[in-house]
Amino acid sequence: MSQPTEDPKEKPKRWIYIIPLVLFSVLMIVFFIGLGLNPRLLPSPLIDQPAPGFNLARLKAPDEMISQDVLKGEPSLLNIWATWCVSCRVEHPVLMKIAASKEVPIFGLFYKDERSKGLAWLKDYGDPYVASGMDLDGKIAIDWGLYGAPETFVIDKDGVIRYKHVGPITWDDWQNILLPKIKSLRAGSGV
Amino acid sequence: MIPELGHFALILALSVALVQAIIPGMGLLRRRPDWMAVARPAALLQFVLVLAGYGILTYSFIVHDFSVLYVANTSNSELPLIYRISGVWGAHEGSLLLWVMILSTWTAIIAVYSKRYPADISAGVISVLGFISIGFLLFSLFTSNPFTRVFPAPFDGADLNPLLQDPVMAIHPPMLYMGYVGFAVPFAFAITALVQGRLDAAWARWVRPWALIAWVCLTAGIGLGSWWAYYELGWGGWWFWDPVENASFMPWLTGTALIHSLAVTEKRNALRNWTILLAIISFSLSLLGTFLVRSGVLTSVHAFASDPTRGVFILVFLGLVVGISFSLFAIRAWQLRTKTAFSLISREMALLTNSVFLLVTMLTVLLGTLYPLILEAMGGGKISVGPPYFSRVFIPLMIPVVILVGVGSFIKWREQKLSELVDNLRRPAIFALVFASALLIVLPGKASFTAWFGLLLAFWVINSAIAQLVHRLRNTQNTMRGLKRIPRGWYGMITAHIGLVFTVIGIALSSVYSQEQDLHMAPGDERTLGEYRFEFVGVERKDGPNYSADVGTIDIYKKDKRMLTLHPEKRIYNVRKNMMTEAAINSNLLRDLYVSLGEQRDPDTNAWSVRLYYKPFILWIWLGGLVMVLGGLIAVTDKRYRIEVKQEKLKLNSNHVPAN
Amino acid sequence: MFRAVCIALCLSFSTVTLAEIAGFPFENEAEEERFETLASQLRCLVCQNQSLADSDAPLAQDLRSELYEQIQTGNSNDQIISFLTGRYGDFILYKPAFNARTLLLWLSPLLLFIVGVFCLFRFNLKSRQEPEGEVSEADLQKIRELLESETENK
Repeated sequence: MSQPTEDPKEKPKRWIYIIPLVLFSVLMIVFFIGLGLNPRLLPSPLIDQPAPGFNLARLKAPDEMISQDVLKGEPSLLNIWATWCVSCRVEHPVLMKIAASKEVPIFGLFYKDERSKGLAWLKDYGDPYVASGMDLDGKIAIDWGLYGAPETFVIDKDGVIRYKHVGPITWDDWQNILLPKIKSLRAGSGV
Repeated sequence: MIPELGHFALILALSVALVQAIIPGMGLLRRRPDWMAVARPAALLQFVLVLAGYGILTYSFIVHDFSVLYVANTSNSELPLIYRISGVWGAHEGSLLLWVMILSTWTAIIAVYSKRYPADISAGVISVLGFISIGFLLFSLFTSNPFTRVFPAPFDGADLNPLLQDPVMAIHPPMLYMGYVGFAVPFAFAITALVQGRLDAAWARWVRPWALIAWVCLTAGIGLGSWWAYYELGWGGWWFWDPVENASFMPWLTGTALIHSLAVTEKRNALRNWTILLAIISFSLSLLGTFLVRSGVLTSVHAFASDPTRGVFILVFLGLVVGISFSLFAIRAWQLRTKTAFSLISREMALLTNSVFLLVTMLTVLLGTLYPLILEAMGGGKISVGPPYFSRVFIPLMIPVVILVGVGSFIKWREQKLSELVDNLRRPAIFALVFASALLIVLPGKASFTAWFGLLLAFWVINSAIAQLVHRLRNTQNTMRGLKRIPRGWYGMITAHIGLVFTVIGIALSSVYSQEQDLHMAPGDERTLGEYRFEFVGVERKDGPNYSADVGTIDIYKKDKRMLTLHPEKRIYNVRKNMMTEAAINSNLLRDLYVSLGEQRDPDTNAWSVRLYYKPFILWIWLGGLVMVLGGLIAVTDKRYRIEVKQEKLKLNSNHVPAN
Repeated sequence: MFRAVCIALCLSFSTVTLAEIAGFPFENEAEEERFETLASQLRCLVCQNQSLADSDAPLAQDLRSELYEQIQTGNSNDQIISFLTGRYGDFILYKPAFNARTLLLWLSPLLLFIVGVFCLFRFNLKSRQEPEGEVSEADLQKIRELLESETENK
């Protein structure tokens, strides 16, 4: 019933009515990208930083200490694990295979657990680690920015963190992500 | 066999929804009354079919049919009957079906009352609702079928999330969805107007009750959710600015703006485009909320475990619905403009200002909720935006809104002299200052600016309401008759505003004067909060129907007289092994005493960790919500939405002939 | 798989249980208040929608004791926050820092408000300059009727 109020003298500012559509389109683009992101995965600020220092008793030989210096010399992995951690159990066979491939030494950070349980675990399922340091009160793990065991760090020959993997490593992860990283780190060290 | 019937009913509902959407819609465009006439029976048939599907799912819950995957995942043979009924919406698939169910219910109600509107309008509205129904039925059938079977059927179900085994949590989702889906009705009216390129002068009057009902349901839903979080989560908080809470709060903000803008459109035929835009935005935000909760783009306490196909589906649906609506708005809205002049100091302007402020607040909440996502999508890394941010920006934005509440309903339509307005408002303002300051002195605890300012705002609105009442009655000799002659709409408005003020009081005072203690208590230990002394008596083991519990006993003394005993519980549910705290609360209008039980800390001394809270005036937060709901209900029952509908129809019939 | 485990883990520590703040003996109220403020403004990284104060996840408990120790050794809030963001990134802050990345976040409420007020005044100015009366006669007629019935009600 109401006629469009066309006024020859005044041009209605029709572009104003497009604003909601434009804003919404921007939002849709954001959502579309957002769907591809994992909201729980956190980037670590420690990438390209020297590995945080520690000095911990070894799980298998509590009289001996290991420190971040063991990570220097060649590329290595540092894996944070515990026997109460369900995903660590899932990951363990993959770590065994990686250790068997002798591509890279794996160091462990034994996190908030009891020594006897850790020893039993390694005895039952095998020991992929060159050595594991015991972080029984979890203080060192905080320095490493741990938020969900297991977590695995790729460290270069200078002891600098180059990559962080959160959650259990699958064999695919190893072959497609971690191994290429380590190879390129080794190649880099050759130059 | 029976679950398959449910599935079949939904498939039939989908095909009926297609008919309901397309044929009346085409009829509207082609001006074919016979096609438009399909709207009503189609809407009713779709409702019956969805009801059948929904009823069958409920039946599967009641009879423990664990061969249905959804039932097996969300129910258990120990689950009490009431939670088997509410368990239907206890997880993604069923709650989606509830969405569809409520949508088809609203549509059916429209269809029943469709004679109240011109045939073309009701055909358009039912068609638009049909399109939305198609989207959700497709979503349900293709990504989230609640009737999927599992073979072999498990012996028992995985149980309903214990957090949801609570009477309030049983009614919170339907309330909330009734609000969300309720905004589909004003949305459908808005889209119909845009499609037609004309807006009937009675349009706002048709839409207003629907917007009000949706707003009432949403208010109730949010209020219940917040109350539930307060007593169930066990740490005394009631609003966490969680993405999902924000998703329900945003349509509330624009819905509030909508009902105010509708008032201007109804009374003065002004701000039509603005009203239409708010109607579109309110429903779009309801859809956005569904997307945020069910797609997994944001982490949230409430989020359903999600899978990517669902996210993509609902994003595409959101894009289509909102994209088409805003495109229509861009093409057509300028044609609906009216030129209605009003002065800077006029009720139109006050209501417009308030709705603009509410929209700004909504945009702020939206930006805060999505900023981490936007930043990450642009490769800017991860950040969090949490309660400290929101409370810092939200409160300053709300202050002008509350101030305007006191002004807006006092101003005259069209134009008012500033001096007149100042005259009218001077007294309420002065009294507000006096009351707030006086009350601050009376209140226990140290004087605080926040508390004073909250009280000031509250009294400002209350005084202004009283002044208005006096003003309205100034020319009547008989007060009772004068009161009766004031329309319900006005009482509803004032009631809702008073409700808002109650909430403001609750927030301001409880945030300032609350005291809390986290401590270990062994039997005999005591602690004093405010004027209350809490004495820990001990903990006993007790078993419930499907859980076992540690039940604590805490005696509370006031001036060395024992006044009550609280029994906070810590439950372990048998099936899921979830631990749950059931806080014990003693509420009255002046304060809540709140106790929740943690872990046993020392078996020798039987010491437990305990949280004690003394929260003055916190009940007012939800009381305010209740009063707002009441106000909305009073306004809906205003005569002009009922009786005049008939007169309206007569007028319309005579008016419509020449128009076509 | 990881997602599933993570969700399962989170459910078991989920919002349902009571976090443990008790057991940190503070010497004065100021320190206790600092502790509570900090804990409520930091985000738990395991159950990502709870603050450290509210979360019952073991990591949150460890981070709370870290917080407690740092307050005891006399570190300032800024030092504690940079300690945590150095390890966990800005994600741990519920109250985002004010920097280039969050400029828009912090300024937009004010900007939106100003834009809103500006539009309001412009709109009003224009609407008053325009002559009224371009509403169609039919509409006007209806408005009159509505207004009449309205006043009858009062």
